[in-house]
Amino acid sequence: MTELKRLPLDELHRALGAKMGPFAGWDMPVQYAPGVLKEHLHCRAEAGLFDVSHMGQVILRGAGVAEALEGLVPTDIVDLPEGRQIYGLFTAPEGGILDDLMIANKGDHLFLVVNAACVDEDVAHLRRALEPEGITVEHITDRALLALQGPRAEEVLAGLAPAVAKMRFMDVAEVEIAGQPCWVSRSGYTGEDGYEISVPAAGAETLARALLGHAAVAPVGLGARDSLRLEAGLCLYGHDMDPATSPVDAGLSWAIRKVRRKGGAREGGFPGDARILSELAKGTETIRVGLKPEGRAPMREGVPLYADPESGDPVGRITSGGFGPSVGGPVAMGYVPSALSAPGTTLYGELRGKRLAVSVAPLPFVPANFKR
Amino acid sequence: MKYTEEHEWLREEDDLIVVGITEYAAEQLGDIVFVELPEVGTTVSKDDEVVVIESTKSASDILAPLDGEIVEVNERLVEDPGKVNEDPIGDAWFFKIKPEDPSQMDEYMDDAAYNKFIS
Repeated sequence: MTELKRLPLDELHRALGAKMGPFAGWDMPVQYAPGVLKEHLHCRAEAGLFDVSHMGQVILRGAGVAEALEGLVPTDIVDLPEGRQIYGLFTAPEGGILDDLMIANKGDHLFLVVNAACVDEDVAHLRRALEPEGITVEHITDRALLALQGPRAEEVLAGLAPAVAKMRFMDVAEVEIAGQPCWVSRSGYTGEDGYEISVPAAGAETLARALLGHAAVAPVGLGARDSLRLEAGLCLYGHDMDPATSPVDAGLSWAIRKVRRKGGAREGGFPGDARILSELAKGTETIRVGLKPEGRAPMREGVPLYADPESGDPVGRITSGGFGPSVGGPVAMGYVPSALSAPGTTLYGELRGKRLAVSVAPLPFVPANFKR
Repeated sequence: MKYTEEHEWLREEDDLIVVGITEYAAEQLGDIVFVELPEVGTTVSKDDEVVVIESTKSASDILAPLDGEIVEVNERLVEDPGKVNEDPIGDAWFFKIKPEDPSQMDEYMDDAAYNKFIS
């Protein structure tokens, strides 16, 4: 087994009392002393500081970089204005999802943030496809990535850098914060307003301590990051989507922009386009939905779903699930037949040999609080 | 008070045994969000899975430490599972069992042995 990678803020997490645990090859803070529930609720009420430095940061440069990246991602990058960010997916030739990512137009380059578990494959994929077209692919490994999330995130960050108050959801900007040259986006993975901040690794502790110095800010670990994103209805790569699920299966059709769809000016031209464009028109057999267990018992990843309380084979399965602290009960997501995907449809999850009622629920479970 | 290697505590109360989980166990499990209790009147054998508890992280079972009959359960935990984290060795007992053979208690650890077990 290879040794876990240490975050630039490893010592700070330990000093803050974090319980550390492995995730995607990194030794990550899973929770701090207050625990997952209180950290989750603190983020929804005030502001939480997350260390997401395990995520991959990549810069793409070169003439025609937006057109070139559109060959791998079915979204509209050519028309993405400078200073804006968009959500995208790397698709596979068979139409499945290789990873999801954020793509920011920084003027003379594109800045990508990809999943930690996929970064090596993503960088190789980008190099294979884009270097022959004269695009340089730079994997940034000397910067940390912090996320400040919650209703008081703007107040806190603007106290250090007033310019960030004017940013809207999915804006990106270069801003000096606590003396550090930061790349800031107004986005996140919690359903709350907030920012993701790329900062030089050497200055990450200075920035983190400046943020933690505000009474509204508490550190939040990966445990609460997972329950926050689950309540927000956001997919976790490798769980709610993977190479076997297409963007349409995953309920991410919205991420395929009109210009890349049938009849669009730049129709298709991405891996898996035949399957994905056909699915956009005809639908899929199964689709990802929100699921609300009717009882109190959490239903976690892998729980099989049945259409009938007593007989028959499974018709679907849960891909993410647990206790939603803000909902005050269990919440889940999973794949079900499209014919059984209408909100309110009752299905049955099998837990400890018993089939318990679950209803298909609209996502998100907690309304998004973005500053549009 | 006696302790099992499964981190349960057992307290004698008249001719009954009250069962809960230790502070160490509650700390290791993290925030408890779900408790499922057995029905009063259930006859259980030692090591039967009698209670399901789930934390934000995972599901675990509590095993019957003795042969006997479940005579009382702490319904408050179903409504307020977080009690298990707040007061594991006090208010957050899980069930009371009427043992068939009280000598089964003899095999369990005392305070000193349990403290050594978890250190």
